[in-house]
Amino acid sequence: MASSVEPIVLGGADDRDLTKLTDYEAAGGYAALAKARAMTPEAVTEELLTSELRGRGGAFFATGRKWSFVPSKDQIPKPHYLVVNADESEPGSFKDNEILSRVPHRFIEGCLITAHAIDSKHVFVYIRGEYSGPYEILVGALEQLRSRREILGDVTIVVHRGAGAYICGEETALLASLNGFRGQPSAKPPFPAVSGAFERPTLLNNVETIATIPAILRRGPEDYKALGTEQSGGTHVMSISGHILRPGNYEMPMSRTMRHLIEDLAGGVPGGRALKAVIPGGASSPILGPEALDILCAPEALAAAGSMAGSAGVMVIDDTTCIVQLALRTAAFYAHESCGKCTPCREGTRWITDTLQRIEEGIAAPAEIDLVLEICDNVEGKCLCPLGDACAMPVRSMIKRFREEFDQHVELGYCPLHETSSLSSLYPQPRSLLPLATVSPS
Amino acid sequence: MSTLYDLIQAERAKYPEDSESAVLPALRLAQEEHGWLSPDVLREVADALDVTPAFCKSIASFYDQLHLAPTGEHLVEVCTNVSCAVVGAQQVLEAFESGLGCHAGETSADGKVTLRAVECLGGCGWATIVAIDDHYRTHVNADDVPAIVEELTGGQ
Repeated sequence: MASSVEPIVLGGADDRDLTKLTDYEAAGGYAALAKARAMTPEAVTEELLTSELRGRGGAFFATGRKWSFVPSKDQIPKPHYLVVNADESEPGSFKDNEILSRVPHRFIEGCLITAHAIDSKHVFVYIRGEYSGPYEILVGALEQLRSRREILGDVTIVVHRGAGAYICGEETALLASLNGFRGQPSAKPPFPAVSGAFERPTLLNNVETIATIPAILRRGPEDYKALGTEQSGGTHVMSISGHILRPGNYEMPMSRTMRHLIEDLAGGVPGGRALKAVIPGGASSPILGPEALDILCAPEALAAAGSMAGSAGVMVIDDTTCIVQLALRTAAFYAHESCGKCTPCREGTRWITDTLQRIEEGIAAPAEIDLVLEICDNVEGKCLCPLGDACAMPVRSMIKRFREEFDQHVELGYCPLHETSSLSSLYPQPRSLLPLATVSPS
Repeated sequence: MSTLYDLIQAERAKYPEDSESAVLPALRLAQEEHGWLSPDVLREVADALDVTPAFCKSIASFYDQLHLAPTGEHLVEVCTNVSCAVVGAQQVLEAFESGLGCHAGETSADGKVTLRAVECLGGCGWATIVAIDDHYRTHVNADDVPAIVEELTGGQ
């Protein structure tokens, strides 16, 4: 972790072991909880509304407004639930992993403040099954609180482990999984605020959103807001990976450019190679070229540039990389993770993958490039959840932004970047390039 | 030592009474005890939860981490998604294949290690990620693999 401003979410974790309760309290931990509990739930929600914190799971919906949608006990009797989405699975995103591993008490403090704000006594943290490390640290932190009942008060926090399914990051699928069923999305309404966990009113927030809340209470909402852009206040933990010198998580105000993140903080593309593309918000976000460097890391700026901030997983791609292979690997991921409920996604992600495979192998007809675009159109927006969109959006953007590479594959009958591309190891030498004698009849 | 039945009841107590939420933790516990979810094990879980074995199987078959076929004593999972792939995940996977003498998706002949190529493990900044029995090794290179294989197989 390195940053040019004082970090808020991961702050202090470089100096102390904040997984220990004593260290966290010595650094001012759980003071914001005491402050919040001295306030009415409505007053805490008002602080969040003023801070303009927007959800860090990728939708950037105003957190205070989301809280205000949870009905009061006069409207719908208790119990109400807080469910935290710790099912971080978007390729390129690993911020929640580090937050849970390094500042678990700050996360717990955020859970308890949020539970107070919506008057809930029950918190369920849905953590992806693969995160054994963060799970053990979080459970260890909760264990430390057993002797300090005044911190938890009458709130119970249950950590519920997933078992390997990307789709469970989608809120209705997550709730289905938490409720004991296959993790498949469902139509909204009913919205989780009315019928979520155990068919009760439920608030769902992301790990980073929750871990930001103590700082907002401590510093005051105006002070927090002033850190970012006018539309996107505060800091954001950005994950950066791929062809980058110093990959990792960097917490920074969203008023900084991608250049600041990629070059100043993370050291740029290594090995003297050039930047070819940036995937700014996890694998599902549309790809940008080197012009991405001058765009702000704020959701509104990335949207204006035709992409999205998403889960803030920045993937850096260098000039040796074949974009057809990149599109193929991305599509194959979504085809694997499609839950199978909606036909356009189940069938479409598979057809996109198979057709891209043919293009990469150099055996596709010229019309098949447009065929991929057509399938993308037939998937996007046609399903209950955005998984199909998450496949269609990056693939379409890769074809549009790097069309000549796709055309070359078809015209030449092989992958022109196969010698250099860092992804070629995934895709063995195309059949068309092998000497005829070694091609086995299929 | 608590029996699987007792452990499952403890999980059930964490959730509202009329929910099926304990099925996922119960299947995980059963798999930790038995290695994989055989028809007999699914029946044991179903009995402890008062549901049908078919319901348990419908859940188990949905999730990548629940195994409906036997696995080796150890599970090695190599992330091959983009951020790991661009820094050499496939070479890591191939080093495991040659070290273990089996392909991804198979178990070594001595039954000690099951090797899998998996989707993003959420450790892209510390690539290549290899999960060994659910715990991450970070920054793994192909050169690191022989030592890991030796550690898991006892140098056979």
